Amino acid sequence: MTTLPDPIGPKPAHPATEFMRAFARNQSAIIGLMLLAIVLGTTFLGPFLYPVDAYSMVDLPFAPPGGDYAPLGTDYLGRDMLAGIIEGGRATLAVGAAAAVISVVIGILVGSFAGFFGGAIDALLMKVTEFFQILPTLLLAMVLVTIFGASLVTITLAIGAVSWPQVARLARAEFMRIRKLDYVAAARTSGARNGYLIFRVILPAALPPLIVAAGLAVGAAILFEAGLSFLGLGDPNTMSWGLIIGQNRNYLLDAWWTVTLPGVAIFITVLAISLVGDGINDALNPKLRRR
Amino acid sequence: MQPILEIKNLQVGVDTGKSVQSVLDGVSLQLFPGKTLGVVGESGCGKSMTALATMGLLPDRFSVTGGSIILAGEDLLAAKPSRLRQLRGNALSMIFQEPMTALNPVLTVERQITEVIELHQKKSSAEAREIALEMLRAVQIPGPEERLIAYPHELSGGMRQRVMIAIALACRPKVIIADEPTTALDVTVQAQIFRLLRDLQMQTETAIMLITHDLGAVAEMADDVAVLYAGKCVESGTVEAILGAPAHPYTRGLMSCTPRLRLGAAANDPQAEGLGEIPGMVPPLGRFPKACRFAPRCALADARCHAEQPPLVDTAPGHSALCWKTSPEKAVA
Amino acid sequence: MPRLVKKLASAIGLLLAVVVLNFLLIQLAPGDPVSVIVGEMGGASEDLIAQMRAEYGLDKPVWLQLLIYIGKICTGDFGFSYYFKQPVLDLILQRLPATILLVITALITAVILGTLMGIFSARKPKGVLSHFVTIFSLVGYAAPVFWTGLMLLIVFASIFPIFPVSGMMNVRGNATWYGAVFDVLHHLVLPAVTLASIYVATYSRLSRASMLDVLGSDYIRTARAKGLSERRVVFGHALRNGLIPVVTMIGLQFGQLFAGAVLVETVFNWPGLGRLAYESILRRDYPTLLGILFFSAILVMVANILTDLAYGKIDPRIGGRRRKKARPAGARP
Repeated sequence: MTTLPDPIGPKPAHPATEFMRAFARNQSAIIGLMLLAIVLGTTFLGPFLYPVDAYSMVDLPFAPPGGDYAPLGTDYLGRDMLAGIIEGGRATLAVGAAAAVISVVIGILVGSFAGFFGGAIDALLMKVTEFFQILPTLLLAMVLVTIFGASLVTITLAIGAVSWPQVARLARAEFMRIRKLDYVAAARTSGARNGYLIFRVILPAALPPLIVAAGLAVGAAILFEAGLSFLGLGDPNTMSWGLIIGQNRNYLLDAWWTVTLPGVAIFITVLAISLVGDGINDALNPKLRRR
Repeated sequence: MQPILEIKNLQVGVDTGKSVQSVLDGVSLQLFPGKTLGVVGESGCGKSMTALATMGLLPDRFSVTGGSIILAGEDLLAAKPSRLRQLRGNALSMIFQEPMTALNPVLTVERQITEVIELHQKKSSAEAREIALEMLRAVQIPGPEERLIAYPHELSGGMRQRVMIAIALACRPKVIIADEPTTALDVTVQAQIFRLLRDLQMQTETAIMLITHDLGAVAEMADDVAVLYAGKCVESGTVEAILGAPAHPYTRGLMSCTPRLRLGAAANDPQAEGLGEIPGMVPPLGRFPKACRFAPRCALADARCHAEQPPLVDTAPGHSALCWKTSPEKAVA
Repeated sequence: MPRLVKKLASAIGLLLAVVVLNFLLIQLAPGDPVSVIVGEMGGASEDLIAQMRAEYGLDKPVWLQLLIYIGKICTGDFGFSYYFKQPVLDLILQRLPATILLVITALITAVILGTLMGIFSARKPKGVLSHFVTIFSLVGYAAPVFWTGLMLLIVFASIFPIFPVSGMMNVRGNATWYGAVFDVLHHLVLPAVTLASIYVATYSRLSRASMLDVLGSDYIRTARAKGLSERRVVFGHALRNGLIPVVTMIGLQFGQLFAGAVLVETVFNWPGLGRLAYESILRRDYPTLLGILFFSAILVMVANILTDLAYGKIDPRIGGRRRKKARPAGARP
């Protein structure tokens, strides 16, 4: 007997290495990562590099960009736009991240129970999910914020409370798929309780796509917060990108930069998040990568 | 007799982005009117690629890099795309392996049959409907009027494959390529489908290229046989010659996996008796051995088999094998 | 049609849930309606307050209040807007047509444009258009819709003043009915384009993925094997299958489309429900806000039922007609 050709090919690399390689090959994901680094850097290092108070008047109102006192111009109260964008980024990113965490936690709880138990529990939970999916979420969040008052906390809670259904559906689908796998059955026959099965056995396996969903939820929540702030439902005491746009909206024909620049900041942030999210997703599903 | 379809030295390559890998390397086949050619081999040997290349339907990144495919005197590889479309479904049609997915789920059976008739035969929709009904009767579908307005999901797998055959036969093609037409079906249905194909062939003088990995099907259906291995045609001849006196070790290996088939000399071949299965598997694309591609799995292989391309040996009139160790030498061994 | 009945029952159940949610929100709101009214009136005597509380049923147990509330909704009584000095129902019915016009126009634009872009980019996954669709869908998703609107507003108010940027009709009024129609359509362009922009992105991306999937399927290969032209393969065979996920998405996203309308109407002063919602937020006008929530839920339900019907038309497997399915004889799963 002579040597057989190796039918499998070169030995595959460790999954994590493979993932990093796939991610690094993806140009748009790398661009997204760079943009994200710029956004986070500006927001968190900005106050040290550009120590201008975002709430005080530095020049005449509506000073155009390139002026002596404010490189990106001033808003309707003569406040520095660049300082405002740096300052507003913190609130926007914080609300986005916190609301995303809330929606992902609710989504995973609902989705995992529905997917794990199936039957009547699934039907009921999916009815609830459908209910929240059918309501225009922005409108519901508007009502909630109007009733409970506009503060960063209520806004965060309202966004989190209305944007979980997509995560729930994804978690449910993953749980339904994984719960049928052999190793889950093995854990079950060895006497594991349901709680252990859900959170220690199935959840870790279901996590990768949910992490991507969580990342994308941050982007969605940022857009959401911007929309609420634009409608005048932002926290009036805390600067955020949406709030800057909303406050300057009536003057946009006289001072385009006051609404354009914070919008660009939102755009870049959400774009960066979705590029990175897509990149992770593609790297997790090598089969889809060629698309 | 003139062949209706002749494939000569067909080369197909796949562009992997870095290089072009050979998928088919010099496959030559001949189909005669009213006859069936069985094309056999394991999965991944290039059977389906041969069929798709003939149809001009190679998947993305696959392309013909050499050879010729001549249908009734016309070179298909030189034909314009519009001419190929005229021939496809008309003079040359194909039956696919998976009846469950090969029919469009959102169109009625009627639409899927009449479409090809209206396209190629310039019939009105009423005439096309009549022909479609006739075709459904010809493929012996029970309740053809009712099936005509059905959607694919309302039919069983066997019925769907009959619909596929009706579509393939609707324009009275000169050649039908049937790619594993019964693999997805139950054994009893397989036999029915084969009988149907044979009956229809007798009426229409259609040549059939039957692609299969099942030598039982070949014994039942084929007049001639071509054995493919790793993108090469390793043995070809009449069905009696090949099943009766297989010359290539790969063919013998395949046959030993189907014991009831051994005829004539092969029935008493102790070597074949002992094999039972072929060790190893078909090498993946781009990893074909340089000399004889079967050598790594061949029990008879010696140093020469691993070093030099084997010659095409005529073991009998109309029976040839691509091997250093064809029957004469084997007889010595 | 039992499926439609089931769908309707479920819709009614969900609407009831919206009503209960509304009631809970009223209960949770700081201060009951009477104190809000009293606040508006600038104070009232204890007697009058007690009388009003009784009138509103606020002295009754909560569950009875809920029943009364449901009863009122059923008779079309959504309360009275103290800011607009009108019953909420009248207010909403005045504004509803403008919103429906905007949303439907944006939806149709987005679906047609998005699907076409998706189809053409799926035909050439590596082509220029395909890259454009990928980039465009990312941009459309990442730009806040109100900001897109504001940018268009800047461009069309000061640089190219060819489209009106505010309201739904000329203040001066129109002499003829076709003048009025044109006027409304003229005003509709920017809001509809803005609202459509996000969804063009969604649908082009979705239909691109879906068409890529469909174009790789077996029945498309069958269609090509019939000799159909590429145009007929794409539009006759692939499109209907590729549209299935798009239709699902329309139903699922209608609520979000409505939410987008709130922002777009606010930007362009479009006198619809969204603009009304914005105005009632400024005035803390709860009855109007809750009425809008209820009506938007109704709109979404209607849209869902319509997409469901369309779904059944497109995909015969879900249509529910001719349940008499042939038993799968000889079909392996």
